[in-house]
Amino acid sequence: MTNEARRPEWGLWEVFVRPRRGLSHSHVGSLHAPDADIALRNARDVYTRRQEGVSIWVVPASAITASSPDEKDSFFDPAGDKVYRHPTFYEVPEGVQHL
Amino acid sequence: MYGNDFSAPDEPFSLLDQVDEAERDLVAAAQRDLARNVGRDEQESFDAIIDADQKIEPRDWMPESYRKTLVRQIAQHAHSEIIGMQPEGNWITRAPSLKRKAILLAKVQDEAGHGLYLYAAAETLGVSRDELVQMLLDGRQKYSSIFNYPTLTWADIGAIGWLVDGAAIVNQVPLCRCSYGPYARAMIRICKEESFHQRQGYEILHTLSHGTPAQKAMAQDAVDRWWYPSLAMFGPPDTESTHSEQSMAWGIKRFSNDDLRQRFVDMCVGQAEILGLKLPDDALRWNAERGHHDFSAPDFDELMRVIKGDGPCNRQRMNHRRAAHVEGAWVREAAAAHAAKKRTLVSA
Repeated sequence: MTNEARRPEWGLWEVFVRPRRGLSHSHVGSLHAPDADIALRNARDVYTRRQEGVSIWVVPASAITASSPDEKDSFFDPAGDKVYRHPTFYEVPEGVQHL
Repeated sequence: MYGNDFSAPDEPFSLLDQVDEAERDLVAAAQRDLARNVGRDEQESFDAIIDADQKIEPRDWMPESYRKTLVRQIAQHAHSEIIGMQPEGNWITRAPSLKRKAILLAKVQDEAGHGLYLYAAAETLGVSRDELVQMLLDGRQKYSSIFNYPTLTWADIGAIGWLVDGAAIVNQVPLCRCSYGPYARAMIRICKEESFHQRQGYEILHTLSHGTPAQKAMAQDAVDRWWYPSLAMFGPPDTESTHSEQSMAWGIKRFSNDDLRQRFVDMCVGQAEILGLKLPDDALRWNAERGHHDFSAPDFDELMRVIKGDGPCNRQRMNHRRAAHVEGAWVREAAAAHAAKKRTLVSA
């Protein structure tokens, strides 16, 4: 047990799967693996046993920088008052076509 | 919508349909706008998300007791999937045909996968995989008591699929609506896969019960032995359930133990008739007034004894798990050493 206790845990990898051609990769979960090759193989066995994907990305969880949920309101505030960024903001005169 | 989770037993609304509905509701809830988080403290924000039936996500603030309850429940669930491979793995080499062997292998592999989805969900709550594994190995965390019963004949593999996986699905379908996002998403995946498990078990029993008299007797014997332990899977009666009330308020649990047990019994009665097998309960009968079947409760003293470690296979299961962990250590170490060597080669 002594080696086992000292052994650092295998790294955590986040797994992204492209379900079909034409769709983007989506996060499906995570797993542990010692390196990228094994992470990819484990991801295949854990997350695509029923042909759920045609492509897999594995990313070391430590390589992801995330926005903080504590500041999510202030962080996303700049977009809050800019309704003119949406096409629905504009009034289209009656009769205009192809707009 | 969770008032509609359960259909009346006569409605042809399959468990898979319920999982699909839970998945649709998850997307719908995510698209509803929460009132903006102005002037709310952490607890109030948390409550607002629960009230709106939206999901708590890993880096959100949450009460410490909510986190602990989830870690305990998800870990116990993950451990159950891992230990649950043993009673079935026991029959892989002796499955009666190549087809049954391939199916059973796929099923046991699914159980490992379910364990991994769940460990990953638990880890998002800030507990490490090694800690979780260690807590199972030294008995600080439990697994479902059902896996402490032995699989004596091939028909037991059928009974486990039909009754044990069936009870698990009835327990788990409401968890697809759990307020903790990673757990809810893992459960949606698991329930879809469990549906194959339940059907393969039912098919095994159906084949046996329509075979020779000896095969039918074997199927009946398995149902006789697995019926009450399966009913016990729903936990103690509501009057003695310790964690229920708070879990309901937090949206972790949606229905009481007794409600789920009743639902399971009502489902099984018709399925047993088609199998041509008898559920081993002379008191089992339709109660028109209640709109449900009356039935005999499982032996809850036995359940408590098995949970405390004194079931038919507790020691065997834990010894096997510990041995597998120790015997697999060289693989984990070799893979880590190989990865370290490759890193050195790259940087050199």
